[in-house]
Amino acid sequence: MNHPHYKSSEQSTINILLAGVGGQGVLLASDILIEVALQADLDTKKSEIHGMAQRGGSVVSQVRYGRKIYSPLIPEGETDILLTFEKLEALRYLDALRPNGVVIFNTEQITPLTVFSTNVAYPQDIEGLCRRKTDYVFPVDGTVQAESLGNLKVVNSIMLGVLSQFIEFDSDVWKRIIATRVPQKTVALNSQAFDIGRKLIAAESKAHSENYSE
Amino acid sequence: MKVVLSGNEAIARGFYEAGGEFASAYPGTPSTEILENIGQYREIQAQWAPNEKVALEVTAGAGLGGMRSLAAMKHVGLNVAADPFFSLSYQGVNAGVIIVSADDPSMHSSQNEQDNRWFARAAKVPMLEPSDSTEARDFVKAALEISEQYDAPVLLRTTTRINHSKCVVELRDRVSVERKSYTKNMPKNVLLPGNARKRHVVVEEHLRQLIEFGNSSRLNQIEWGDKTIGIITSGIAYQYAKEVFPNASILKLGMTNPLPKQLIQNFARQVEKIYLIEELDPFLEEQIAAMGISVEGKNRLPVIGELSPSIIADAFVPTNTSAQTSVIADVPIPARTPVLCPGCSHRGIFYALKKLKLTVTGDIGCYTLAAIPPLEMMDTCLCMGASVGYAHGMQKATGDERKGKIIGVIGDSTFLHSGITGLIDLVYNDSTAKICILDNHITAMTGHQENPGSGLNLRREPATKIDLEAICHAAGIKRVVKVDPYKLDETIKTLRAEMAVEEPAVIIADAPCIIRARIKFSEPYYADADTCIACGMCHRVGCPAIEKNEAGKTKINPLLCIGCDICRQVCKPGAIRRRTSDVKSET
Repeated sequence: MNHPHYKSSEQSTINILLAGVGGQGVLLASDILIEVALQADLDTKKSEIHGMAQRGGSVVSQVRYGRKIYSPLIPEGETDILLTFEKLEALRYLDALRPNGVVIFNTEQITPLTVFSTNVAYPQDIEGLCRRKTDYVFPVDGTVQAESLGNLKVVNSIMLGVLSQFIEFDSDVWKRIIATRVPQKTVALNSQAFDIGRKLIAAESKAHSENYSE
Repeated sequence: MKVVLSGNEAIARGFYEAGGEFASAYPGTPSTEILENIGQYREIQAQWAPNEKVALEVTAGAGLGGMRSLAAMKHVGLNVAADPFFSLSYQGVNAGVIIVSADDPSMHSSQNEQDNRWFARAAKVPMLEPSDSTEARDFVKAALEISEQYDAPVLLRTTTRINHSKCVVELRDRVSVERKSYTKNMPKNVLLPGNARKRHVVVEEHLRQLIEFGNSSRLNQIEWGDKTIGIITSGIAYQYAKEVFPNASILKLGMTNPLPKQLIQNFARQVEKIYLIEELDPFLEEQIAAMGISVEGKNRLPVIGELSPSIIADAFVPTNTSAQTSVIADVPIPARTPVLCPGCSHRGIFYALKKLKLTVTGDIGCYTLAAIPPLEMMDTCLCMGASVGYAHGMQKATGDERKGKIIGVIGDSTFLHSGITGLIDLVYNDSTAKICILDNHITAMTGHQENPGSGLNLRREPATKIDLEAICHAAGIKRVVKVDPYKLDETIKTLRAEMAVEEPAVIIADAPCIIRARIKFSEPYYADADTCIACGMCHRVGCPAIEKNEAGKTKINPLLCIGCDICRQVCKPGAIRRRTSDVKSET
């Protein structure tokens, strides 16, 4: 597969920044991620802001794991993977990324109200702008996939499935933790969503390698 | 068992493990989840109080009655609770009492970033500062022991990055602590001047003993490393310092009031230079400098905002290259600020206030978001309850010039917190100011906590519901009217009539929080593109569901719209419509 794969044994700390819009399930996804890291007996911390941001604002959660973690905040410019549930949010936090880190974004567009009340437009070609920073940009249509599963809320399991292709933890562990964190009657659906996420990135990176070979 | 806990979950866990039995709080970011989590332990009596002063008084009473007790609040909440806090220091405790202060450096969700470490020093109260979730758990137990041993309430001071960061914690079992018996002790517990004078002597003696305790306590630890740099730090700043200086010698202070002077002197003597790394004010630095120790600290670090590893590296490591230039500096990125939810009942009231061109003294809650564009209908927001006093004071000062033009707007929870006394003042001192209570039956902004007006307690069991209308009448307000804020014409009409009267009046906008009550009024509305003249009126209500298409015409996002009808009422051409299949009775 033509993308980086991060292992905590090769690099002391893995830094993952998750972002999205209030209500998209970013905080739940980051909760699941640190639980998965804990299952691997790694030290892990995450930091985020609640409160005012929860009402349609930009939501960000910083996750770190490795042998020993001190700061819950990722040092500036040291994010390995930027995972966003909305595409504009990838751009908002792009500066946090390491040079040639990984950007994964859900292609859904949620237009902030300020676009209608100010003259700042919603940026075009977000993928291209991300490529200024890194070659590893992975747009995925998580929301479209969630719609086809008939439940928009599973978008975070889809995004975690995508993320799982870049880091070291087994699918079984992911699914076990997801099952403990979603409503009982949606466990099977979320497991299916996770698998769809995994397949998305397999397909994506294949498509990318084809692009590169052209 | 190892689990990941936020600092707030860890404080709750620590209180449970340490045999805590009673806790009270008023919600406030970043402290709210402390009591919510304590509430999950059936062994502990946990209850929301109407404000922080009451929370602390009830907690102190429970401590006096013999239960290990805890009160939690955000930093500005301790201002409200300052009166009992300062005097409880003199009275001391029976069973251990902890006050948790959750400070908010960088003001992620607050009106100021006061550094509450000063409170501990000013009130002569011992203070502990955890640096992660495990310490948050452990320090609760240590604080209870200190409280009981030194007969003092203890301040557990935390910050947002402690409260809302999650770390790995190894759980322990609950210890059973024997409940203390209560014995009447008038010289200690009745702070008449004669008694208080004697109690102050005791407080000073306990502080002297606590300095000794701090010199040898495991709460304060030296991690020896390279002795060319010695770092003195506490709280979350310790974690950042470790990130930037993994090899330096570090004196980590877990107890920051009173300071362990001898330990600090010993450390200072053995290192070449000292970096003092603390967030916000030079609280440690000024005291340590006064001991004759020279440090590098606030001459390099900001007193404004949170610290971070990058800020510390930039301040102390000249070769640091963490700052990178942005690759997208040329791309304007639209801000995504928090907004009132689609269908929120507050939208209708503020639209009506705007129509009447009123001066609005505002308050603290979701509705403070009405201050920002496009509603822009709030003139002031200071502190909990201030809307009422502001309306009264401004009305007195501006007289006829703004007669019938000033209204204080306050939520139900904020009104019960500290609006009632303001209302009494307004009646007593013959004001004509008007007050609007936005009663959405919940404390919404902090994540939907029950309050005395919601009819449920912390565990969502039925509780006596406080009647706001009756309170207003009892305070001497003769005119109390209710409006349905989703009916714009009626709301405007009622407000106009009440603003014109020559006496105080309270208008209660009675509509539950749509998120909390899971309300969906109808199928999503739609905008008919042929009828829409792109006048922009609907955008002025500031609903996230109202978008524009490429031609600048209104488009309603069906995923967000819950059919509250407000945009339809402001659409003059009649382009915004309810789906015909969904039309019930038109109002």
